[in-house]
Amino acid sequence: MELLIQSLIYGILIGGLYAIIGIGMTLIMGVLGIINLAHGQLMMVAMYITWILWQYASIDPYMSIFITIPIVFLLGQGISKFLLFPLIKKESILPENQVLMTVGIGMVLVEFARSLFASDYRSVRTGYSESSIHLGNISLHVPLVIAFVIAVIFTFALFVLLMKTDLGRSIRATAQDREAATLMGVSAKKITIFTYGLGSALVATAGVLLLPVYYLFPDVGPVFTVKAFVITILGGLGSPIGAIAGGLVLGIAETFGATYISMGYRDAVGLVIFILVLVFMPGGLKQLTKI
Amino acid sequence: MRVNNLHVFLNFEIFILLTAVAAPFIFSFSPYFQGLLIFVMIWIVMGTSWNLLAGYTGLVSFGHAAYFGIGAYAAALPYFHWGISPWWGLLTGGVSALILGYLLGKIVFRLRGPYFALGTLALAEILRIVFGEEIWLTNGHSGILYMTTWVSKYPYYFVALSLAIGAIVSVKYVMRTKAGFFFLSIREDEVAAEALGINTRKYKNIATAISSFWAGMAGAFYMIYMGFIDPEVVFALHNISIITILVGILGGVGTIWGPAVGAVIMVLVQEVFRSSIFGLAPQWVAKFHALVFGLLVIFVILFMAGGVVGDWNLVTAKFRRTKHAEKS
Amino acid sequence: MSMLKIENLTKVFGGLIAVNNISIDVKEGEIFGLIGPNGSGKTTIFNLISKIHPITSGKIIFNDHDITNKKTYEIARLGIGRTFQVVKPLKRLSVEENIIAAAFSRESSFNGAKNVAREILEFCALSDYGNMLAGGLPIAGRKRLEIAKALATRPKLLLLDETAAGLNPKELDLAIEIIKKIRKERGITIVIVEHIMKVIMNISDRIHAIAHGSTITEGTPAEVAENPQVIEAYLGKDFSLGEI
Repeated sequence: MELLIQSLIYGILIGGLYAIIGIGMTLIMGVLGIINLAHGQLMMVAMYITWILWQYASIDPYMSIFITIPIVFLLGQGISKFLLFPLIKKESILPENQVLMTVGIGMVLVEFARSLFASDYRSVRTGYSESSIHLGNISLHVPLVIAFVIAVIFTFALFVLLMKTDLGRSIRATAQDREAATLMGVSAKKITIFTYGLGSALVATAGVLLLPVYYLFPDVGPVFTVKAFVITILGGLGSPIGAIAGGLVLGIAETFGATYISMGYRDAVGLVIFILVLVFMPGGLKQLTKI
Repeated sequence: MRVNNLHVFLNFEIFILLTAVAAPFIFSFSPYFQGLLIFVMIWIVMGTSWNLLAGYTGLVSFGHAAYFGIGAYAAALPYFHWGISPWWGLLTGGVSALILGYLLGKIVFRLRGPYFALGTLALAEILRIVFGEEIWLTNGHSGILYMTTWVSKYPYYFVALSLAIGAIVSVKYVMRTKAGFFFLSIREDEVAAEALGINTRKYKNIATAISSFWAGMAGAFYMIYMGFIDPEVVFALHNISIITILVGILGGVGTIWGPAVGAVIMVLVQEVFRSSIFGLAPQWVAKFHALVFGLLVIFVILFMAGGVVGDWNLVTAKFRRTKHAEKS
Repeated sequence: MSMLKIENLTKVFGGLIAVNNISIDVKEGEIFGLIGPNGSGKTTIFNLISKIHPITSGKIIFNDHDITNKKTYEIARLGIGRTFQVVKPLKRLSVEENIIAAAFSRESSFNGAKNVAREILEFCALSDYGNMLAGGLPIAGRKRLEIAKALATRPKLLLLDETAAGLNPKELDLAIEIIKKIRKERGITIVIVEHIMKVIMNISDRIHAIAHGSTITEGTPAEVAENPQVIEAYLGKDFSLGEI
């Protein structure tokens, strides 16, 4: 029973991080209509920036949010402006041209990191890295709790942005119906570029928050790219609330899979859920809740 | 291919074939270069296999490592458990992959467009994890080791070359037949294809069968040649599935020779940089071999959507124009 | 003899009735017109016959075969060819290759399919465009390519969906001529959906008029043109079809 509760809590905490990864992906999918296969790789970039700031300037990872996220936001905007947007008008045999472009971008990011930092594993170990809070027999890993709290704050801020501002309304409108939004005076180009930056910034946030409890190497990204689209499909395309639900479900399912099946199958759990959802529930969780 | 160009084209093919046969002898001074040639052949098989599915039938697979891996294990497992020679893999590898392709098709053909791509990616990843975890069957991450048959590269090269020729000829042949035209129809418009009386599911299965067969053969050959496999290598998302796609795009999707050209360029670019431009450049250049390839792919997608072969006219036109400009 | 018999066909899209209890009986060898205002359900009927959409209720019989539960490609193979209102050329194939691909549904050899394609290119006045990519054809050519592809599957029954829309008068005459020739020279029965009254009144033997998914009337072109409900559905009460 304690194991169950422990797993559940751990799953929820990690699920909070997965949620912001998923929201970033779902916004990009909604507005650009593509799967961003460079998603985890952008997260990797954020983690390296954070690591550099820690290693060479002794900036606490949580403080580095204010530096890392704007950098990755601009990086995302640049990628979108110069590499993805120009492809919209290009005629090509494969309709997945933009998706393939994200593959190329992901590869370049990984290889760039590898050429600078080699394939070594790195980590950020702060004073609180190993500390835990105990509640009865349940222990909570402090950096994970902090990460969860910050993730919730960011998610809340994002919803304010999406619901209460003109920019947010434009994003939602474009995600729902690109043509209609354009007709109503929304600049599709501007929104496309901004949204990719926003999605990048969100996954960057997750990267910064994950670094104190995880480790870092150039190939850390792809696993999270896969998680991101699992979450997105699970939650239902283009639905930020669905992505939160999807993130939590994935976090809990993985933790249970690791606890009760085997550690090695942890990453397979999400993929199996993903296939099942794709085949049997194409609308995702959104379909059930209608949100 | 217009009929009056046929003899020119045949000459071209004979020229390529002779070059390919001569290549290992030209590089007889260096087993290292011969090894590269073998890898070029493996990538030609993989790229051609992927291209039939993605370029000609419109089914963009992001999980070709599934077939490569299953082919490799089809060669390796009988050896590991019963001591049966991996060379039998050249029979069983392709067939196992073909069967896997049919089974996976039952799942992924329910999906459209990007979902198809993600479905294939996820299934290949599941296989990678399963083959890593089921140690009783596969020896897990410790992999399977086999003392290769020959030290010399020549026999391997000619087996690899045969596979590459087999893959290209089979695709070239099938694209001249009814099935080939149906593949193209499915790629262009699935509803229109159905309305023309084409059983799209059946022909997607046929395309998958041919494609997965060759990818499985490539995997089996990889095991025979390298003498070692583990799940992280043969089911690799990046190093197999993604590189296969990039080889296809670089050379030109939906063209017979595109993947071959893509494979040559890929291996060439990587090796030129890995060797620091043959030792002429400082050592640190070597670190950028994969990065340069990635940049090249981005460049091609951005400026040559048809790939090197698909946009060949564009390439030559630009070249001619610059030459012209120089003269005047 | 009855070639296509539709009995009490109904289609509901998410609570909206698109086709409401329609029955049609097309005789062998006739040109049968289907008319109605925009959104009245004509194209939907075609999509139900060729099973692009599943049927909600009703029955479709073709040459004594019950095809209600058949799949799109099976229906095409049984001998119902069709064109699409929003044309569906195989864009990155040449015009000739488009027709070869279609001809392969009956032919097994490349040369056989190519011969069929040659003949049909000529029949549809597309010979000059044979080597052009289908995506680059002007609209009139695309419309004729739709017909050509359908003909290459050797249909017994041809469903033509607005093949004359968007054409200039000269192109229109050519289209009408081809449609007439299809029946005369090939003996193919035709069901035609058309907006342009000149076309449909000119070539149809019988016409079935629908509005809002329901039948208004059926009869010869002259009878239908005088039906007050038809006039109202098209133009409002004060006009008659004679004026256009």
